[in-house]
This record gives sequence, C-alpha cells and structure tokens, in this order.
Amino acid sequence: MEQVPIVKIGRTLFVSIQVDLQDESVLRLQEDLADRLAATGASGVIIDITAVEIVDSFIGRMLTMIGSISRLFDARTVIVGMRPAVAITLTELGLSMKGVRTALNAEKGLEILNGRS
Amino acid sequence: MDTDGTQVRMADYLRDHHDKVVGRWSELVVAGLRGRTSLEEVRHELGYLYSLIVRMLSAADDHAAGELRAALDEMSRSRARDGFTPAETALGVFSLKQAVYEFVADAAEMVPEFLSFSRSIDDLGLRTFEAYSAAREQIISDQSAAMLELSTPVVRLWEDIVAVPLVGTLDSARTQLVMERLLDALVTTGADQAVIDITGVPTVDTEVAQHLLKTVSAVRLLGAECTISGIRPQVAQTIVSLGIEFGDIATKATLADALALALQRAGLKVVPA
Repeated sequence: MEQVPIVKIGRTLFVSIQVDLQDESVLRLQEDLADRLAATGASGVIIDITAVEIVDSFIGRMLTMIGSISRLFDARTVIVGMRPAVAITLTELGLSMKGVRTALNAEKGLEILNGRS
Repeated sequence: MDTDGTQVRMADYLRDHHDKVVGRWSELVVAGLRGRTSLEEVRHELGYLYSLIVRMLSAADDHAAGELRAALDEMSRSRARDGFTPAETALGVFSLKQAVYEFVADAAEMVPEFLSFSRSIDDLGLRTFEAYSAAREQIISDQSAAMLELSTPVVRLWEDIVAVPLVGTLDSARTQLVMERLLDALVTTGADQAVIDITGVPTVDTEVAQHLLKTVSAVRLLGAECTISGIRPQVAQTIVSLGIEFGDIATKATLADALALALQRAGLKVVPA
C-alpha cells in the first residue's frame, strides 16, 4: 500500500495521485489528510488525479468523503485533472461527486480556491 | 461425396467439351445481363470458373473447392459493385446447367451425372447470393460508422468556450462518442465552458434527455460549465409534459443566446465598435 504524499503550499494542501489507487491507499489518504488539515489549518485541498486511469465507485465515494471531511475543517476541496475516460465512467456509475468542485488542472483549481474564479 | 463416380464422369465430360460449353454458357450469361457486359470479358471470367468447377468435381486436389469458393465470392463482389442484382449473378451461375443440358440432352446415360452436377451448381449459385448479402452488410456497417464520425464535431466558439452542434438522433452510441469528443476537446483546449446545441436533434424524449444530462455531468467533472441550446418550442412543451427536469443546467433557445450567456460567465461583454 503506497502512502500518497501531501504537500503544503501556502494555505493549500496539494495531493498528487500518481498511481492507480488501491482501496486501502484511499482510506490511508483520508486519514492522513484529516491529520494534516487539523495540524495546519489549511483552507483548501487540491487533489490531482491527472495520472489516475481507473476510478471505481468505491474510490469515487471516497473522494466525495474527502470533500466532506475537509468541509468539517472549514476547507474547500477541488479535484483536478480528471481524465475524460474517468469522467465518463463516474457519470455512467451515477456518481456526480456532489460537494466537491472540479477543475481542469491544478492552476485552475487554485484560482477557484483563491476566489478568483 | 462422389461414391459412384458420377461427379468424376461429369468432370471428364466437361473437360472434353470445354470450348463448346463455356461458349454457350457465356452467351447465356451475356443475354441474362442484357448487354451490360462484353462477351469477351464474360468468357474469360467463366472460363476460369469452369476450370475450377472441373477440378473440384474430379476431386483432383483439395484446393479446388476453396479456390472455387474464393473465385465465386470475388465475382459476387465485383458484380455487386458494378450494380448487378444478386439474382442476376446467381442466374449467371445457374445458366451453366442450361448450357450443359443442351449438350447432354440426348445422352440418356448422363442423367445421373447431370442430376448430381445440377445440385452442385445450385449450391454454387446460392453461395453467390450469400456473398452478396455479406458484402452489403459490410457496406452498411461501414457507412454507419462514417456517419457517426461525421456528425459530432466539436467547434471552438470563443476562447475557452467550445460547442457541439448535434445533428440527428441522440442514442447511447452517439452519446458515448459525443462525451468522448467533448471531454477530449476540453482537455486539449483547456476550455471551461461547453455549449451543446440540439437544434438538429429531431425528438427529445426521456431517453435523449438522460443522455444529455449524463453528458453535462461528465463535462462538469472536468470543471467546465455546460449550457444546452437549441430548445425549440415544441421540444420545450414535450420536455415539460414528460416531466423532465434539467435542474440547474442552463438551457437556451438559440446558440446565440448560449454564447451570450457563456461570455457573460467568462466576464466578457460585447460592445459596439
């Protein structure tokens, strides 16, 4: 099980997922993120899934849950870089990922968090 | 199966009377095709088939049957391309029986041979019919694929605004293609707004609406906003009476209105020069 690194830049936590996630990795990520949010008081989370080719309903729900956890810490989450194939799969699965914003890339995600968009 | 040697005897007879039979066969075929081919062309083609038929009947080698099938398929395809009907092609094959019969009519001892020969030729003629059908099926499926490709372009309306003008029915196959094309375009152009124009979609029922909603969902997952335009008055009434909800998706009557909305969302304004 890989541990996904979380990088803090300013008031934002960046999470870049480089491998196809196993279920335990996502749960681990949830825990790590909760810890970091509590410790840093970050106001935004960007999860970059540009490198992710496969997302199933479990991972889709986990990502939405990460959004909910962040909200409890008064932080906003933006999921960026979703591949077209992944977007189509999530739509087919009926997961609209309500409660998380999405953006094309990390730069646009940052604009959303900084209120410029 | 040629247990009593009838086919071999027929093959010998055909070999001995090659020129006369092929000649007569060619005449019959040309007459059947009503002058749309030349006698020379037909003689050449039929001569080749004839020798394959003789080889097959005499069971001289294992390849003859396969070669004959391939030659018939090719003839079927080229006749179809030239606009002949499958019946004309099949009748061409069947007329070999007529040609042979004219020569063996007086020879009573050839009756069993002729009967089994006749059955073989029937099979061959039917084969041309099947080959014709298969070729048409292929053309139809190729054309469907081409039509599918043609009908979903993604155009750039403005900087960071793309549009998909849909023409024709929106079924699940098209929706899949539209989604892929649109999402790829969003990634390539970095656009954050998409307009789906359904002026050219003849009917919008619950199924079509679902496909549209799915597409909008997918677009939003890529961080772009979507507007649907081209809602015709009758379509609007149908949608309402079917109870279809577009929720918070903006819908407009024309592409122009959708462009205006998209520009507004982008913080742009059109002013007189």
